[in-house]
Amino acid sequence: MSATHDGRDAEELRKGQEERLNKVWETPKGWRYWSVVNNTEVGIWYTATSFAFMLFAGVLGLLARVQLAVPENDFLTASFYNQVYTLHGTVMMFLFAVPIFEAVAIVILPQMLGARDLPFPRLSAFGYWCFLIGGVFVSGSIFFGAAPEGGWFMYPPLTTQERFTPGYGPDIWLLGLSFIEVASIAAAVELIVGTLKCRPPGMRLNLMPLYAWYVLVVAGMILFAFPPLIAGDILFELERLFNWPFFDPERGGDPMLWQHLFWIFGHPEVYIVFLPAIALVAMIIPTFAQRPLIGYSWIVLAAVGTGFLSFGLWVHHMYATGLPSISLGFFSAASEAVAIPTGVQVFVFIATLLAGRVVNSVPMLFVSGALAVFVIGGLTGVMVALAPFDWQAHDTYFIVAHLHYVLIGGMLFPVVAGVYYYWPLVGSRRLSDRLGKIAFWLMLIGFNVAFFPMHLSGLMGMPRRVWTYPTGLGLDLPNLISTVGAFIFAAGILIIVFDILRPKGNQPYAERNTWNAGTLEWLSEVPGKSWGVRCVPIIKTRYPLWEQPGFMEDYDKGRFYLADAEELQRETMVTSVLDGEPVQCLRVPGPTFMTMIAAILLGAVFIFATFHWWEATLVAMVLTTISILVWLWRGTSLIPEKAEKDVGLGLSLPLYKSGPQSVGWWAMFITMVGDGTAFLSLVFGYFFFFTIHEDFPPTGAPTPGLLWPLVSLALTAGAWAAAWAALKTNKAGNVAVARVLMAGGTGLALAGGAALVWAPYGAGLDPVSHVYPATVWVLVIWTVAHAAVGALMLAYCLARSFAGRLTPVYDIDIENVALYWHFMAATGLITVAAIGLSPLAA
Amino acid sequence: MAFSRHTEDNLWTLIAAPTVWAFHFLLSYVVAAVECAPNSDIFEPIGGTRLLVAGITVIALVAIGFVLWRSIREWRYHGGGYRHNEDTDLDRERFLEFSTVLLAALSFVGVIFVAMPALTIWDCR
Ligand code: HEM
Repeated sequence: MSATHDGRDAEELRKGQEERLNKVWETPKGWRYWSVVNNTEVGIWYTATSFAFMLFAGVLGLLARVQLAVPENDFLTASFYNQVYTLHGTVMMFLFAVPIFEAVAIVILPQMLGARDLPFPRLSAFGYWCFLIGGVFVSGSIFFGAAPEGGWFMYPPLTTQERFTPGYGPDIWLLGLSFIEVASIAAAVELIVGTLKCRPPGMRLNLMPLYAWYVLVVAGMILFAFPPLIAGDILFELERLFNWPFFDPERGGDPMLWQHLFWIFGHPEVYIVFLPAIALVAMIIPTFAQRPLIGYSWIVLAAVGTGFLSFGLWVHHMYATGLPSISLGFFSAASEAVAIPTGVQVFVFIATLLAGRVVNSVPMLFVSGALAVFVIGGLTGVMVALAPFDWQAHDTYFIVAHLHYVLIGGMLFPVVAGVYYYWPLVGSRRLSDRLGKIAFWLMLIGFNVAFFPMHLSGLMGMPRRVWTYPTGLGLDLPNLISTVGAFIFAAGILIIVFDILRPKGNQPYAERNTWNAGTLEWLSEVPGKSWGVRCVPIIKTRYPLWEQPGFMEDYDKGRFYLADAEELQRETMVTSVLDGEPVQCLRVPGPTFMTMIAAILLGAVFIFATFHWWEATLVAMVLTTISILVWLWRGTSLIPEKAEKDVGLGLSLPLYKSGPQSVGWWAMFITMVGDGTAFLSLVFGYFFFFTIHEDFPPTGAPTPGLLWPLVSLALTAGAWAAAWAALKTNKAGNVAVARVLMAGGTGLALAGGAALVWAPYGAGLDPVSHVYPATVWVLVIWTVAHAAVGALMLAYCLARSFAGRLTPVYDIDIENVALYWHFMAATGLITVAAIGLSPLAA
Repeated sequence: MAFSRHTEDNLWTLIAAPTVWAFHFLLSYVVAAVECAPNSDIFEPIGGTRLLVAGITVIALVAIGFVLWRSIREWRYHGGGYRHNEDTDLDRERFLEFSTVLLAALSFVGVIFVAMPALTIWDCR
């Protein structure tokens, strides 16, 4: 009697919990829908948008193939052909291959970690809007005949000098993509913090889904790979806009610097593209082999090992530039070494499939196709990694064949497998088996028919990036076959698009966990709920749905943590890095238009700069800064109404953490690591010129001297000390002293910046005249901009303190700002050492 | 089981060996670039540079060898094994140790790979 009574009570309680959760996580309706920041929505927009860009780039690829179908064709003009292949490569790489990783990870990572959302949902939304705006801007240029023509790696001097490339093409490429790189770094920060700090309780490092390992590695790679490109972009744009001669040999510059910076980014990038796709394979294979993956540690080895080695390969894109062969040797050796971890992954997958009983399915078909195609691409990769072979094949269609085998086998096929596999989580129904199979065979056959002959035409000597070729060289037939194959391949893709878009209303829902998988993302209800997870589960195994008895029921009944939202706030759990011990109950922010507004304004900065509308650019910059400040002021480090909260199962967790315990501190740390990498890339540029020139600075040229740089250093050090002391005194309760220190720090930072600008300005360094003053100015401008940001941050803390939003207990803001200032102090020190001391050494 | 006198492994110890690989790679590249950068006298033998690379290589191999030796020892001491899928501190530790072993082995081979060109290339051509 009393048992049923209890049962009814529990039932009622559960209903109430679910109602509250539903209400808190509800998606806004009508036009407000676009203010959503929730990972499920934003991730889907992100995925759909990058797929749309892929289709667009695919059409461009087909246009190129039509033009090349027969010799001496004039279907496209030479200039338009250049735009077509440049945009094809650019869009595929920057708007599809990399963003699709971020997109898919934003959708499934929180689910896989049993988290309600990632720690910074608004940052993801901001990143998405940046990506959309930048992508449309870059892609749209071709409709005005204004697209870049210099190939996806934009080598100067072809692209820096007006006489070779008139118009805005390269500017659109540079500024549009820089904007998107910002979005990628934002996503990387979000994903690293998410994987390290938002795992469910009990999910130790050794129990983490392999996908999360890959995400961690890839996001880390983004952090070190993208900043060099941003640095390169800065130099490049300064040359295009203001004629600073970084890549102009007549004034001491060197186009090779761009090649280095581009490929220090570009080679890791292809692994940034490949690893997350393989991560999907690592989730799909266990499900269809119906057993855990064999060799978990070996996959970790492969992911981490590839992540490192991939940074030692960049010069293999530059074998033909005349670098000394000992240097080429180092890179060739590393390029061969990377085959080891890559091979390990393939063997781990095969071993798992052999040990399990494989269930036939569309995702598995695509996975097997992926492995086959990728292995062929890998083999030609081992060939072109050898410098003497590459000298023969460089810049021919052999390379085009190789890169498509690795990209399509290593990325596109796995991603399609992932689409078929994960569609039931998104669309609540399975995609069609029959259509999937047809699409698979069309794609596999079409792909090989299209791209295999390119090996041959390449070896016959057909260069890449030519708009046509003469007849009678033996190239006619392979090219025609390639074109036919490309259309067969495209037909396969179209079938997939149809399968996704066709109305499925009359088709029954898929059952929950439709493939009988073992990992947490499959807890998701059908149709899906907006709360992310019903409760935050306790994890004891790698495949909880297989290995933890009664798991799904406990989960559904809300028997784990955070089963309720009593205060009607969005919450998720923060845990420790090694063992996933609960640390904090994190309040995450909800819908807002601020992210979209900030992205639009930042986009305006880049777009106005492209067209040299300087006043408008400045206005947009100020507005962007204001919008970001408003966003931060209203939405971050909010003081909770109580210190702790009961998260269920007798556990009480703090609602606020600052310093190294908080997610915000880690985000700042990680961002500054990326920022520091960009700075070091600029310093690399300085020393690059230092080594290639006999005399650098050139004899007799004015230098910034020692006095002003040292004055600046002293002032910057003062600001740094003030920031640090402000943190300490504030913590100790000396709010008044802390405020004085914040104000003083702001002043010192600005004065330090001014002194640093005065050094080259007073000495009359003219950046247009030679690459030496230009590099000095770049380092100075970078440092001063960071000092200004640091000053703004201190002023912000001061205002927060007066507004009562920063107190001795609730001090996230000043913790993060003090952390920023450590990096800023290092930046100032290195700049002063480089510009002040190196003239003495010379 | 007592962890005393043993490193408690974490993500930093995991990437120690490949980080050494990265520094070895970077230094080898820089040493060669500085020697050959103004590529004027390309037939001049660069014995000094090659010796320098050899020296960097020995240091890197010793460092990685140390990581390898330590991680193997601790992994064995903690019971070895290859699965490490249990919900215990010990299994997490073993997992990290074994993964460190694998990464250190890869880095060891990687350093040897990268050093080989210095064996066979004599000048700045
Ligand atoms: C429908 C499928 C595709 C077709 C028909 C196709 C066709 C082509 C062709 C003909 C070229 C050579 C252009 C030239 O050198 O003149 C090319 C270049 C390239 N493709 Fe594709 N492609 C396809 C899919 C992809 C995918 C999925 C990716 C990457 C994710 C990709 C990335 C690239 C890149 C990076 C280049 C080099 C562009 C450059 O030289 O600047 N392609 N593609």
